[in-house]
Amino acid sequence: MRILISCVLLVILSLGLVFALEQAPFGSNQIDNADKPGRFYLNQGMEKTGAANVVTSVVVTYRGFDTLGEVTILFIAAIGLGAVFHSRKKVKRYEKEKQSASLILQTGCRFLFPLIVLFGTYVFIHGHLSPGGGFQGGVIIASAFLLLFLGCEEKKIPMKSMNTVESLAGIIFVGIGLAGLYWGESFLENFLPRGMDYMLLSGGVIPIIYIAIGFKVGAELAGIVAGLIERNP
Amino acid sequence: MEESLEQILELSLTLLMLGGAVCACVFKDLLNAVIAAAFVSLMAAILFYFLQAPDVAMAEASIGAALTTAIFVIAIKKTKRVEEE
Amino acid sequence: MFHQSTYFVGCVGLMIVGLYTMLTKKNLIKVIIGLSLFETGIYLLLVVVGYIQGATAPIFSRTTGSPAEMVDPTPQALVLTAIVIGVAVLALALSLTIRLHEHYGTLNLRKIRGLKW
Repeated sequence: MRILISCVLLVILSLGLVFALEQAPFGSNQIDNADKPGRFYLNQGMEKTGAANVVTSVVVTYRGFDTLGEVTILFIAAIGLGAVFHSRKKVKRYEKEKQSASLILQTGCRFLFPLIVLFGTYVFIHGHLSPGGGFQGGVIIASAFLLLFLGCEEKKIPMKSMNTVESLAGIIFVGIGLAGLYWGESFLENFLPRGMDYMLLSGGVIPIIYIAIGFKVGAELAGIVAGLIERNP
Repeated sequence: MEESLEQILELSLTLLMLGGAVCACVFKDLLNAVIAAAFVSLMAAILFYFLQAPDVAMAEASIGAALTTAIFVIAIKKTKRVEEE
Repeated sequence: MFHQSTYFVGCVGLMIVGLYTMLTKKNLIKVIIGLSLFETGIYLLLVVVGYIQGATAPIFSRTTGSPAEMVDPTPQALVLTAIVIGVAVLALALSLTIRLHEHYGTLNLRKIRGLKW
C-alpha cells in the first residue's frame, strides 16, 4: 500500500519536473545583457577585488553574509552533537578490546599525516588564485585527523586546543567583518588594498578570511569525528 | 564528430551513477549500501569537472566520498549492521 | 538534443531514487542514505542550470580569455555552501540515530513509532 502510493506520487513528480525542465535553456548564453548578476560578477570581479578565482570573490565578498550563516550552521551542528551525547549518569570506560592496527598502517600514517596537513594548508592559502578555498582545505585537514584516529592510537588528540582554535577562528571572522564596518562603509567590506594581480598577498581581506575559515572547518570536523568515535556504546 | 568521445563518456558516467544509486537502495547489508553511496558521490564529482566547476568538484569529492562515508561507518559500527525484515 | 537530456535525466533520476528510499524503507540509516542521494541530485541540477556550452571555468589567469566566455559563477557558490550544510545535517542526524538505538534497542521505524510513552 505504502509502496503503491509512493510510486504514483513519484511518477507524477517526475513528469512535472521533466516538463518544467524541458523549457529551461541549457547550454545557451542567456545572460548576455550586463544587468544579470552572473555577468556583473564576471566583468567586475577581477578589477574590484583582485582575486583571480571569481567563485572565491563571490563566496567571500559579494555573498559574504551567506558564508557567515553557513559557518554558524556548522557551529550549531557541533554544539548539537555535544548536547545529544552528554549524559548525566556515569558511563563506564570503554575497555580497549579492539585489535591495534597493522604495522604497515602504523608506519604509513605516521609518515602521511604531516603531508596531508601540508596539502590542506596549501589548498586554503591559495584559495583566491586556483580552485580550492577554505572549505576544501579544512575538510582535507579533518581527513588527516581521521587517519590519525584509525592508524596510531597512542597519540592523543588534544581536544581542548582544537576547541580553542575553532572559537578563535570564528571570532577572527566576525572581527574582520566589524573592522570593515569601522573602517569602511558596511559589514564584511573589503577595506585592505587590492594589491597586484596573481600574487599571494592580493585581494584585500579575502585570504585572511579564507585562512580563518580553513582553520575553523578543519578543527570543527575533526572534533565531530572525535566525538562520534569516543562515544561509549 | 570530434566531440562524440566526450558525449559517450558523459552518458556512461551518468548511467553508472544511476546504477550505483539503485544499488544503494536495494542492498540489505548496510556497509555495502554506504559504499554504493560513496561511488555515486565520486561519479558526481567527475561530472562536476565536466561541467566546468572545479571548486565544486573538489568539495564534493572530499566531503561526499571521504567524510560522509567515514561518519556512516562509525554510526553503523555502533548500531546494527544488517537491515532487518 | 542528446547532450541536453543526458544531464537532466541523471539529475531527475537521482532525485527520484533518493525520494523513493526515503519514503519506503524501514531502517533509519537507509532513510539517511536516501537523504544524501537526494541532496546530490539537487547539487547536480543547480550546477547544470548555470552551464554554457563551449565556455570555460570562471578562473582568471595569464592565459585565459575574456570574461565573455566563462560559465556563470553564482550557482557554483550556492552549491559550495549547500554541500557543507549537507554534511553538518548528516552528522547531527547520525548522532541522533546512535542515541535512538541506545534508548529503544532497535532501528525499525515501525516499532519506534509504535512505542507509547
